[in-house]
Amino acid sequence: MAVEHLNGEGDGGMLQTFSSKALDGTGILGKKVEYVTGDTQTKPDAARASARSMIEKDGAIMVTGGSSSGVAVAVQALCQEAGIIFMAGLTHSNDTTGKDKKANGFRHFFNSYMTGAALAPVLADRYGSDRKAYHLTADYNWGYTTEEAVRNSTEALGWETVAAVKTPLSQTDFSSYVAPVLNSGADVLVLNHYGGNMVNSLTSAVEFGLRAAQANGKNFEIVVPLYSRLMAKGAGKNVAGIFGTTGWHWSLENTAGSRYAGTNAFVKSFGEKYGFPPSQAAHTCYCQTLLYADAVQRGGSFNPCSVIEALEGFEFDGMGNGPTLYRAEDHQCIKDVLVVRGKENPANDFDLLELVDVTPAEAVTFDPAIFGGELGSCNPGA
Amino acid sequence: MDQIILQVLNGLDKGSAYALIALGLTLIFGTLGVVNFAHGALFMLGAFCAITFSRILSLSHVVIDETQKDFLGNPLKVDVPHIYDWFGESAGQAIINWSVPLAILFAIPVMIIIGVIMERGLIKHFYKRPHADQILVTFGLAIVLQEIVKYYFGANQIPNPAPEAFIGSFDFGAAIGLKAGTIIYPYWRIVYFCFAMLLIGSVFAFLQFTTFGMVVRAGMADRETVELLGINIDKRFTIMFGVAAAVAGLAGVMYTPINPPNYHMGMDFLVISFVVVVVGGMGSLPGAVAAGLLLGILESFASMRQVIEALPGINQVVIYLAAIVILLTRPRGLMGRKGVMED
Amino acid sequence: MLGLNRKDASLLIIVAILVALAPVLLNPFPEQSGLAQFNAGYPDLMQRFVIFGIFAIGFNILFGLTGYLSFGHAAFLGAGSYAGVWMLKLLTINVIPAIIISTAVAGIFALIIGFISLRRSGIYFSILTLAFAQMSFALAASVLTPITGGETGLQTALDDPRILDGANATGNIPAPSIFGLQMGDSIQLSLGGWLWTFNVGYYLAALVMLSAFYLAIRIFRSPFGIMLRAIKSNQQRLNYTGLNTKPYMLACFVISGMYAGLAGGLMVSMDPLAGAERMQWTASGEVVLMTILGGVGTLIGPVLGAGLIKYFENIFSKINDNLLHKWFAFMPDGAEDFIVSIIYPFVGKGWHLTLGLIFMAVIIFLPGGLVELGQKVAYIFKKKNPTPTSTPNTKPAE
Repeated sequence: MAVEHLNGEGDGGMLQTFSSKALDGTGILGKKVEYVTGDTQTKPDAARASARSMIEKDGAIMVTGGSSSGVAVAVQALCQEAGIIFMAGLTHSNDTTGKDKKANGFRHFFNSYMTGAALAPVLADRYGSDRKAYHLTADYNWGYTTEEAVRNSTEALGWETVAAVKTPLSQTDFSSYVAPVLNSGADVLVLNHYGGNMVNSLTSAVEFGLRAAQANGKNFEIVVPLYSRLMAKGAGKNVAGIFGTTGWHWSLENTAGSRYAGTNAFVKSFGEKYGFPPSQAAHTCYCQTLLYADAVQRGGSFNPCSVIEALEGFEFDGMGNGPTLYRAEDHQCIKDVLVVRGKENPANDFDLLELVDVTPAEAVTFDPAIFGGELGSCNPGA
Repeated sequence: MDQIILQVLNGLDKGSAYALIALGLTLIFGTLGVVNFAHGALFMLGAFCAITFSRILSLSHVVIDETQKDFLGNPLKVDVPHIYDWFGESAGQAIINWSVPLAILFAIPVMIIIGVIMERGLIKHFYKRPHADQILVTFGLAIVLQEIVKYYFGANQIPNPAPEAFIGSFDFGAAIGLKAGTIIYPYWRIVYFCFAMLLIGSVFAFLQFTTFGMVVRAGMADRETVELLGINIDKRFTIMFGVAAAVAGLAGVMYTPINPPNYHMGMDFLVISFVVVVVGGMGSLPGAVAAGLLLGILESFASMRQVIEALPGINQVVIYLAAIVILLTRPRGLMGRKGVMED
Repeated sequence: MLGLNRKDASLLIIVAILVALAPVLLNPFPEQSGLAQFNAGYPDLMQRFVIFGIFAIGFNILFGLTGYLSFGHAAFLGAGSYAGVWMLKLLTINVIPAIIISTAVAGIFALIIGFISLRRSGIYFSILTLAFAQMSFALAASVLTPITGGETGLQTALDDPRILDGANATGNIPAPSIFGLQMGDSIQLSLGGWLWTFNVGYYLAALVMLSAFYLAIRIFRSPFGIMLRAIKSNQQRLNYTGLNTKPYMLACFVISGMYAGLAGGLMVSMDPLAGAERMQWTASGEVVLMTILGGVGTLIGPVLGAGLIKYFENIFSKINDNLLHKWFAFMPDGAEDFIVSIIYPFVGKGWHLTLGLIFMAVIIFLPGGLVELGQKVAYIFKKKNPTPTSTPNTKPAE
């Protein structure tokens, strides 16, 4: 859809609300935009092969998308080597702009650290600071960084981590991991799971009576650090009352005001084209495409080094997240983070999450040096 | 102590799924001598039977409800199932609620038909071919079935909840005399275990106490002699294939509330079920069941936190380690007949 | 010539010519034509053809000659890949040590697994190898993450020691190279409407594949190869006559594993990433498909099968419905939609379905694969010669 809007078709979407007015619907630097798609199968190997084919065979000059951090890190490295720009899609792990950061790669989506920083104060406020947490973590890169972020930020506020168990990524039946939680001495279960993992583990947890239980004299609570509306739909009624964070939600402008202008424009374009509201993944990929196009237009050239220069330190607004900074030190967008909770009585299939709090960008800003890694220099390619 | 009981319960319930699939596999191997790599796909097809059934029940027409709005601000379109129109709203809701158990009635004939078609159409031609060819062609079939399901149902998992009466958990601890709240176990999983035991029991009863079953058992022991006696063992074995397919399918149907089905669940369960069959002994029906339950319990124990801390990664490899150990020390499996495939 | 008889030598030369001219042969359609979609002559795909050809040749030495069906070869591919990446990180970005070490590591791994698995045969052997493959995958994905990088995979980084290389002047991670020539370097030749890419990495891999192919021919025709065929025809009888078949089987398994490791090492030389999913048993299933499709037990079969499957995987899967609509746009709308909806399930994301169907068809009707198909076609043309060349009868004499 972004390509359509760039080429001047459709109703323009966020091009109208975007703060930078460099793009005007005539393509990029006067050239029409075309695209090809490929399936990553959420496996780094397959993603890399697909990306290589797009670069070598189809002559791609920018790659975006991806639905896992493993894929993002692998494709980012490939793009760095090949000398093209990578605008990351759905990737939440710290590593993508942390220890695995690359000069040719940019991430708009927020990371695990920001989740922890946004979520912990709300949790401490609602659940008290004398809680014992049990973490179930997906056994891969994203799981580790999210667990670390939530642990660090909750422990700083007084919580105690009783146990942290890793669950295999391909696991579908979490009953044997959930069963011992109730009697472990913990009173909060943190599910560092995403996608199918989260739907299954949350359903298991509720099945085993964790929502209704009591421990240490308090109500047992469950926390899901990273939410997505699709996951909430998959889990159905089980998400009621469960806290988590997202980067964006389609109802943001309606519930939180005009600071988040751009949201409604995007929701309208997307909804009319596809018949359902966009997810945060769709939002981030759309923004990334527009940001890339804009950077090319402002820098006046398709050369990756000029694009990188145009994006580093770029501040913009009107993309549905409020004022955002594309930081130069690690190519990460710093913006507000939403703390959401599952609704007790959803009005319809899309209205499953309610906004509890918005943590401003300043509160989730972190020092890029804490994750190590080096950008390296830009690779302009052939 | 309560941890151990909890994990045993968990293992029994996981293990009953393994046992049901392994039972079907061993039946097919014991009667037809065919190694069927498509059996996991039959399990998956059963699960998708349940999904299809609940979708059929929920076939609905669209009614525009002016009083509510959807996300774009347009009047909300509400789906009203036809069942509501025919049986009234509360009866309709009750029927849809109980779709999983009712799907059993739907799945049995469907799976038997699928099994018979598979056997007559494909497997029959592979009796005399070496085991490697049987494995390969059924592997190909499994891929084809999986892709067809993926095409029609999408690649995401599809939730299919249990009837309302069975959602929620049961204070097992209180039932056996421990302090309340120590052992809580979901209802549906207990139902699943009981259902699996019932199904296994009926298959054994069928084989033991009916004439048909007796003929099949005789055929498993010595096919040639049975044929020489003038009995059409071919037809009976074909029906047994259908029965084995139905067993796998029913295992899948009842498993849908526990684990939302997706297109590759067949392959996931296939590897484990083969390991179970080999551990129990190829051709031994009680062996398959016992091995299924045992391996389920083993897997559950290996996922305990204390165990993982002592031996990191054990939870993922314990089943394979068990298979390797058994294959090396007692190749005929726990209960296999001496001399069957022992070289 | 080189110890081969006439027929084999000419086969080797034909393969060598085909492989050398592949960039030209695989790009038959001019760049701007509508059929350019089907061009397969870009570096990544050509490299994959020959690398998976090596993998399939190695698997064929095991399955084709002895009849032992192993589902665990993906574990050797993965082990070789990881070893290769570690060499690229620790020693030097020159790919020679990576290739050598990856073959060696896979060989050792195969020795261990083979020693245990070969104690049984038939279906038990297959299940044992399956179990080992899954175990390796689980270990690589979760337990041994410091060595393997877990699910993200292992990559080269800017701060790798690379002892034998000089200091890194540019700010970029060096790309794998052989004595200075980068794998990614290509010469592009544009002639008329055609565009041909001659890629360094591809020619290196092709050279390795030709040597591997030559070695395979020698093995097939050697007394060792005959012993393996004897094992396939009747292992029990061999044992009764007093021959100990175990060392031969183990040697064959290790050689097969080393081929897989070599393929893994070459894969990371072209693209320095090793992911855990390379070790899953379904990846082994892929090489089984390649070998069967091409022709089990033949020399050229596995290579053809590898090429066919990789071609399908990369080209077929890219045909999405946009493209289908473009092709059939000349038809009236209703017919166009109808045809697209019939073809759509079989291409694009659904290409696995086509693959599964072809695989089943091959096993049912044409167990000798493409090579048998070729022989049957040749027979039709050679009708005047009443004795057809058929695949040797492997049923044991009574």
